[in-house]
Amino acid sequence: MDFSLTEDRRMLQDSLTRYLTEQYPVEHRNKVAYDLPCHDHAKWDEMAELGALFALAPEDAGGFGGSGFDINVVFEALGTTLNCEPVLGALMASRLMTKAGADQEALLSGATKYAFAVSEVEAPYDPAYIECSAATSGDGHVLSGRKTSVYGGQVAEMFLVAAKLDGKLAVFEVQAADANVVSYPMMDGGGAAELLMDGTRAKLLIADAAYAVQDALNAGVVALCAEAVGAMAVTHDTTVDYLKQRKQFGVPIGKFQVLQHRAVDMLTEIEQSRSITIKAAAELGGADATRYASMAKNMIGRAARLIAEEAIQMHGGIAMTWEYPISHFAKRLIMLDAQLGDTDFHLTRIMNALKAA
Amino acid sequence: MDLNFTPEERAFRDEVRSYLAENLPEYMSDAVRSGGELTKELMEEWHAILNKKGWLATIWPVEYGGPGWSPVEKYIFEDECCKAYAPRIVPFGLSMLGPVLIKFGNEEQKKTILPRILDGSDWWCQGYSEPGAGSDLASLKTRAVRDGDEWVINGQKTWTTLGQHADKIFCLCRTDPDAKQQEGISFILVDMNAPGVELRPIKLIEGGHEVNEVFFTDVRVPCSSLVGEENKGWTIAKYLLTHERTGIAGVGFSMQSLEEVKALARTVRRNGKPLAEDPLFAARVAQAEIDLEAMKLTNLRMLYKAQQQGAPGPETSILKIKGTVINQELKDLARRALGPVAAPFPGHVTDGNLMFGPEDTANNAARYFNNRKTSIFGGSNEIQRNILTKTMLEL
Repeated sequence: MDFSLTEDRRMLQDSLTRYLTEQYPVEHRNKVAYDLPCHDHAKWDEMAELGALFALAPEDAGGFGGSGFDINVVFEALGTTLNCEPVLGALMASRLMTKAGADQEALLSGATKYAFAVSEVEAPYDPAYIECSAATSGDGHVLSGRKTSVYGGQVAEMFLVAAKLDGKLAVFEVQAADANVVSYPMMDGGGAAELLMDGTRAKLLIADAAYAVQDALNAGVVALCAEAVGAMAVTHDTTVDYLKQRKQFGVPIGKFQVLQHRAVDMLTEIEQSRSITIKAAAELGGADATRYASMAKNMIGRAARLIAEEAIQMHGGIAMTWEYPISHFAKRLIMLDAQLGDTDFHLTRIMNALKAA
Repeated sequence: MDLNFTPEERAFRDEVRSYLAENLPEYMSDAVRSGGELTKELMEEWHAILNKKGWLATIWPVEYGGPGWSPVEKYIFEDECCKAYAPRIVPFGLSMLGPVLIKFGNEEQKKTILPRILDGSDWWCQGYSEPGAGSDLASLKTRAVRDGDEWVINGQKTWTTLGQHADKIFCLCRTDPDAKQQEGISFILVDMNAPGVELRPIKLIEGGHEVNEVFFTDVRVPCSSLVGEENKGWTIAKYLLTHERTGIAGVGFSMQSLEEVKALARTVRRNGKPLAEDPLFAARVAQAEIDLEAMKLTNLRMLYKAQQQGAPGPETSILKIKGTVINQELKDLARRALGPVAAPFPGHVTDGNLMFGPEDTANNAARYFNNRKTSIFGGSNEIQRNILTKTMLEL
């Protein structure tokens, strides 16, 4: 048992966190995050040079990481600085390309931006209900249907699309230039897109992709959980600092026990969240990966909402303003629950296991 | 980062498991599983079995008869004991007074008292809380006055767990009423059979007899009964409370409870189908399971930290708060699972053909009520929040 980071991961964590804190602080992030393309091309390149993307893939796929713990390190750093660059899409695409044995040098170097188009309006979370369909056409395939909430889709040059081929889930490559891409910035910063396809040219990447898709989603869940842990920690630290500084009734409001105990409860839930995220990261790629990813995402959803709402409440009006950074952290913490399965979706999975056993 | 136990630790787990399989009598694990009160004889017999193996005083150093385990080994031992439904080791002599004497006691005290804890000659109980000194323990009023070579003790202790079995009690007494609260307290050992000591049972919410009041009227004990320095008892009290907090997460016991709830949910039928298929009940179980899974890791992370730093830090208060709340939730679910048939007072519907649920669920309502204690004792969860406020948040 060892809960310390390896030297390599510690160095990556330190360099990435330092870079983002100094070069991509929240003030800059807020300038980027809410207007298309929600992307700073130069900083993206620098993040890639630091290894933020190479860390997401295993060595035999051209990266230098790829484990759940590598994902944890990268995304916790992104979370502490509220980064809005399209790393989540790159991660999930990389997982799929690793499974497919495809060359992903362009992805890992940051040269080509990838996004994973899996959600649909009536199937936002569970790929079993995907309706987007593929058909053979000449010596290739064409896709038809609408994909929704494609994170990073607003800047993606290449989409990996989950669609049904002969009733089975498959993954295809679709060039952004070949499809109708409707891009938008999101309430909590960062961009996404709707991907509209109607006989759109596609290249088959994985034919029998149910397992690969689930693995990509599990990796995405671990990433979101780690991002949330980073964002929650900053939100909590900032709130506690505020309790020490803000005076009312002649004393710092942190002297009031009702606020002290609530601040402790936030801390407790963050520690629990950190724990379950470590567990989900450890299990990623294994037989129980989906189960632990679901446990983590459920707990994170509950904890993130608590931290966000309590941070706003304990700050008072100031955290309701656009200018104060915590409002942006709070938005991210609330909205990430609806990415890749919310608390209820993941709780249902654990409930069903109770019934089945 | 590696969540796996080392090969040595896994081998140790196997050793503990096979030891328990061979040495834990079935009637004991049955009694623990039933959730009823355990007899003094049963607890003493289990202590004797463990002592023979040298595994009784799990946190004592080897030179005093402990096994010399690391925090991780101790965790593994407790985990396996839970899984096997072994009786809990009674903590007052072994986990509380023992470590105190080893750290603060004189040679004579170590030599005479520690072996008697190990071999079961003395059953100790804890004289800390008073009617007017609960969370604010330092406001305690029980007086000890020096008279020649004796202390004369007057006052009252309460919530004295299993005091009805005890031969001795370790007490916090006020020895300097003029000093600041924390500075006038001493740690004194008292014979329960001494003239002037009177024990009265307290009947608890579920009807059980677990705790007592202890009254002291002109009780005389020799001066040598003082542990550590006069008026320095608060330091000892705090040291003891940190030991009380180790293992406080009770992860193993919650795992037991979770398995019981799951088994019950699959057995009990409601509305024509197993309760496990009721979405509201299943959601509650699933959420508790997730919280417990996180707790397991939080516990291991803090164990790892304690092992690295040599002592548990203040963040163990997190374990106390969260661990007790999860356990109480599981006890609530076990009670709910039985519905109205949790109501019969234990001991009345015992005929196998008439029993409403599995035999080991007859005490579920009683267990639910009894376990409300866990968020109150050992420093209430509110006191734990105060500790975390000071130490972790520095507010």
